[in-house]
Amino acid sequence: MKLICLSNNPSKPCFVLYFKGVALMLDCGLDISQLTHFLPLVTIPGTVLTKVSDHFGVGGEKRKLSEKLGTELKECMGRTFIDGAFEFSVPEFGLVDMSQIDAIIVSNFTTIMALPYLTQFTNFRGKIFATEPTLQIGRMYMEEMLKYVERNPKLKGASFWKEDEFASLLPSSLKEAKEPRGWRKLYTKHDIDACLSKVQTVGYNEKLDVFGALQISAVSSGCAIGSCNWIIQSTFEKICYLSGTSTLTTHPKSMEQAPLKNSDVLILTCLTQTPLAQPDPMIGEFCQNSVLTLKHGGSVLVPCYPSGVTYDLFECLSMHLESCGLSNVPLYFVSPVADSSLAYSNIYAEWLSKAKMSKVYLPECPFPHAELVNSGRLKHFKDINELGSDFRMPCVLFTGHPSLRMGDVVHFMENWSQNPANAIIFTEPDFPYLEALAPYQPVMMRVYYCPIDTSLNFLQANILIRDLKPLHLVVAEQYITPPPLAPQRTDLVIEWEPSPLTYKKYEVLNLPVKRQWETVHLDPELAAGLEPVEVRPGAAICMLTASLAARDNKFILKRLPENQQSDPGKQGEGDATANNSKTYAFGSPNISQFVEILTQQGISSIKVEETESGSIIHLPNDDTLIQVDSSSTHIICDDEAIRVRLKDTLLKCLKQL
Amino acid sequence: MSDIRVTPLGAGQDVGRSCILVSMGGRNIMLDCGMHMGFNDERRFPDFSYITRDGTLTEHLDCVIISHFHLDHCGALPYMTEMIGYNGPLYMTHPTKAICPILLEDFRKIAVERKGETNFFTSEMIKSCMKKATAVNLHQTIQVDDELEIKAYYAGHVLGAAMFHIKVGQHSFVYTGDYNMTPDRHLGSAWIDKCRPDLLITESTYATTIRDSKRCRERDFLKKVHMCVENGGKVLIPVFALGRAQELCILLESYWERMNLSVPIFFSLGLTEKANHYYKLFITWTSQKIKKTFVHRNMFEFKHIKPFDRSYIDNPGPMVVFATPGMLHAGLSLQVFKKWAPNEKNMVIMPGYCVAGTIGHKILNGVKRLEFENKQTLDVRLSVQYMSFSAHADAKGIMQLISQSSPSNVLLVHGEGGKMAFLREKIQKEFGINCYMPANGETAIVPVSHNLPVTASVSLLKRHVTVSGEEGPVPKATRVLHGALVMKNNKMTLVEPSAAFRDLGLEEHQLRFTCNIMLDEEGPVTDTAERIYKLIKGSMKQRAVQYSSDGSISVGDSVLINVSGDEESKNILVSWSHQDEELGSYLLKLLKANATAV
Repeated sequence: MKLICLSNNPSKPCFVLYFKGVALMLDCGLDISQLTHFLPLVTIPGTVLTKVSDHFGVGGEKRKLSEKLGTELKECMGRTFIDGAFEFSVPEFGLVDMSQIDAIIVSNFTTIMALPYLTQFTNFRGKIFATEPTLQIGRMYMEEMLKYVERNPKLKGASFWKEDEFASLLPSSLKEAKEPRGWRKLYTKHDIDACLSKVQTVGYNEKLDVFGALQISAVSSGCAIGSCNWIIQSTFEKICYLSGTSTLTTHPKSMEQAPLKNSDVLILTCLTQTPLAQPDPMIGEFCQNSVLTLKHGGSVLVPCYPSGVTYDLFECLSMHLESCGLSNVPLYFVSPVADSSLAYSNIYAEWLSKAKMSKVYLPECPFPHAELVNSGRLKHFKDINELGSDFRMPCVLFTGHPSLRMGDVVHFMENWSQNPANAIIFTEPDFPYLEALAPYQPVMMRVYYCPIDTSLNFLQANILIRDLKPLHLVVAEQYITPPPLAPQRTDLVIEWEPSPLTYKKYEVLNLPVKRQWETVHLDPELAAGLEPVEVRPGAAICMLTASLAARDNKFILKRLPENQQSDPGKQGEGDATANNSKTYAFGSPNISQFVEILTQQGISSIKVEETESGSIIHLPNDDTLIQVDSSSTHIICDDEAIRVRLKDTLLKCLKQL
Repeated sequence: MSDIRVTPLGAGQDVGRSCILVSMGGRNIMLDCGMHMGFNDERRFPDFSYITRDGTLTEHLDCVIISHFHLDHCGALPYMTEMIGYNGPLYMTHPTKAICPILLEDFRKIAVERKGETNFFTSEMIKSCMKKATAVNLHQTIQVDDELEIKAYYAGHVLGAAMFHIKVGQHSFVYTGDYNMTPDRHLGSAWIDKCRPDLLITESTYATTIRDSKRCRERDFLKKVHMCVENGGKVLIPVFALGRAQELCILLESYWERMNLSVPIFFSLGLTEKANHYYKLFITWTSQKIKKTFVHRNMFEFKHIKPFDRSYIDNPGPMVVFATPGMLHAGLSLQVFKKWAPNEKNMVIMPGYCVAGTIGHKILNGVKRLEFENKQTLDVRLSVQYMSFSAHADAKGIMQLISQSSPSNVLLVHGEGGKMAFLREKIQKEFGINCYMPANGETAIVPVSHNLPVTASVSLLKRHVTVSGEEGPVPKATRVLHGALVMKNNKMTLVEPSAAFRDLGLEEHQLRFTCNIMLDEEGPVTDTAERIYKLIKGSMKQRAVQYSSDGSISVGDSVLINVSGDEESKNILVSWSHQDEELGSYLLKLLKANATAV
């Protein structure tokens, strides 16, 4: 049993697991943290572009190289950015032969984002399993990003700077970029459609059979609509794979723990990206800062993704505004998929928390944002061009992309950032907010950082692991040392005795699970013919010789066909003996009884000689020697008739099976 | 050999009051808890006293499953759980759980408030009954107890209708409820995987019908409605609030749009909006097409269809009215019918099946003069049309589901006896499997047999799989496995014999035989050995035969043959263990017979 890690970022995981002859890919996350190295895609030429200048470069003998580099790099506010088409850090599919992967399981819509690269650009032919919301919301995330990238296309890619010869000329920020040569351009609409059409949707606790060898099932993980953890098991071994998991109660169905208990191996990934901040107080701060800004006549800009925590923000903020007497402040949600996101969220009742789900029985929409939309408090638009004349300020505006490198947020940054009354509140944990802000500096607007990551923190994870009691624990290498930002916080690690196994990109990890048992089915006819012998109360044994058929990884034992059971001598085909049942003898024979029976059978002149370990019986008339000790007997006899008689007699003096 | 016992308390050679008891692997399961629309007395509800005479239903039943929200499948549920008393597990899908109480309440109102029935369940009882229900998702496996598990599949009959696959240990059966194998305007078609149950309990409403194409029926329906309103007639379509009604609304809505008609269409007040809201919230349970387009255009928001008011009954001029309930047995639809029946310009379209005893059933059978309880009579002059929109599988669909799920036995319920018999014949002939059709109160005993699962050691299996794997994979070839089956602590394990003996503390007695054959053959010893080796090799095709340089030949696990001697005479020694007795004695015989042959 082996585990190979293909991703650098434990929050955007991708693994290959080998178990019982099945190669299973776990998740297919897309690391987009490198986006902050790129210049923003500007909707309308504005302030950002005017501040951009050519790369300074160096003189002297490297001038030529430096000039070439200058065509791809731009300076902005003292930092160097890549001026080219966006590229994304794809899992290292080259590490394994993708045509040999039998299936991939996808845990949630943040870990599905690299899937089109897998299905459209490798020879992957396996099955894809994900829940229906993961598929639909994952599609929205992909389409939103694609829209953002295609709306303001940069046709020219930037690749010179990655070459070795430029290495010494690069600014430090780009030198630190992780494996830029593996970065790929974004997929197309066609790639998304072709890829997602191959997904087979699964429900929670649906038992999926993979080639008869494994049974896989998804259990609710509580971090997003349709998010799941996976149980991968055979009859006797169980592996649990925990991807994005939350023990908090927000809008998704709560996490299910019981089925994850007592596994042989627990693979843990996607812990919180903000171990120093708790989600609850952050939501509180988010609401307070919004109110503060609005009360001073400013507007609030919230860079967000089109689903997930955004729904909770709508709910909490609208309630908070109401309680502060600001219920007339408009909320705007601008995203190419805003309408789908709001509509889909309200038809996924069975994937939501108990409180939300029970609303459909009334019948009411599970999320309050349906009512906010109906009453006109929350207005949603595809893009800024739709905003139109009834756009009012001050307002709270939710829009993408959280990297501030693309989407309508770029436009609002350009327009709002110089007004000190306005505020931007960062809530998504995927990007360091100062990195995201870098090209817009200096900004006059207030900047708040209220990261909300509902994924397990280290304390919750350690408690969970203790409850789940796995035999072996596998975590990312990063999780056993304190976070780089807080090296003194030794409590922010995964603690487990003995120390957990760790994974990192490119490494093959051998999982210490030895398979000992397998289920075999006895045909009823065979089972009926068995005659077990009780050797002591409650324990019986019988010898079994049967034909074994293995089909679809299932083993079936059947009675041997008649022709294979008959006497080999008569058949003239020696092979037949191969199929005959075997018998075993037990105990030690009583020598005097044995001799007595032989005498009765008319064998005369039996000489018994006692030795240290047993006896030697000599039948001089028949030229036969029998050596007997407590656990073995050796009959040396040339006369077949006598030998058979001796054998039968001896077996009478022993217990047989 | 064990069996599955099936007893219909309703729906045995009958339509209406579905309620089927199944006993399997020591578990008792009740499928549906329906009510018969054709009766007003105790025959309306299933006879629960059949289940147990002493003791409660909770003690006797391990779980109750409701397939969909139609009253002939869930109408007796509050009566059973609240008035007779049942607190055990109760399962249904989310939409069923949401819609069921509304229909029950509706029905209760008609029974109690209109007909003045007493001894009927109350609104409170409906509420507390629904609280006992656990909602299930499609394909989710629910573990009722350590052995009993259930799984729901899409049935496409109405919103939230499901088929259930129920397993106890190795035994399993599928109950289809009502299902539909052709997708319609708002629902997808039923689907099940090849789960190979021991028994498939299927509805057989349309056991002998092969319906013509859906499109033709729709065109026919629209033409009839259009003709009638053009002639100034009124069209009454008795429907159940949820289900067919939505499909016909979608159909009429788009037709009115296309033909630019202005004749008003009405839908019984109250339920419309609520019902349509359920459809909007449960979009995931509707058809692919609706799911795809719902973000931009919700099919359940109707422009032409307006809520109906009782006072409109006497309005002049043409109109189309959808009114509940669907079998004309009570309520608004009956009231409208009574008013409109005497006018031959008018039309009633019955879009679904009507159970015997209802007015719907009577007029469909051509009754022209109806008599009511209070001696009133009514002449039926309006045109009576029957359109089979009821989303049941037809004979073809039933056969399709059988081949999809591949059961070992089939049992028919929810159909008329005569038609069932015809279908049974067909199933037995086409699939070569047994088909049962018990009447109400009759028990069908379906024998089943299964492989016995045992736990085997991987090393034992690997040894046998690899031994035969030497000549490449031959999946169909039989491999012989020899092991010891140990039965201890109620568990069966299959292991290597030596491991079993160790485990049970048995000491094996090794028995070995050695025989000599004298042979007068000239030449080097190695030549003789070589000849014997070839002889044995030739007769042992599957056994491993090895010839080592010291002149000894080994065959199989324990047989050893050694040739010694000088130029003139040879001595062949054959030795084997008791387990290889047959092989050893066979080889001895072989060598004796061929020893002198040159």
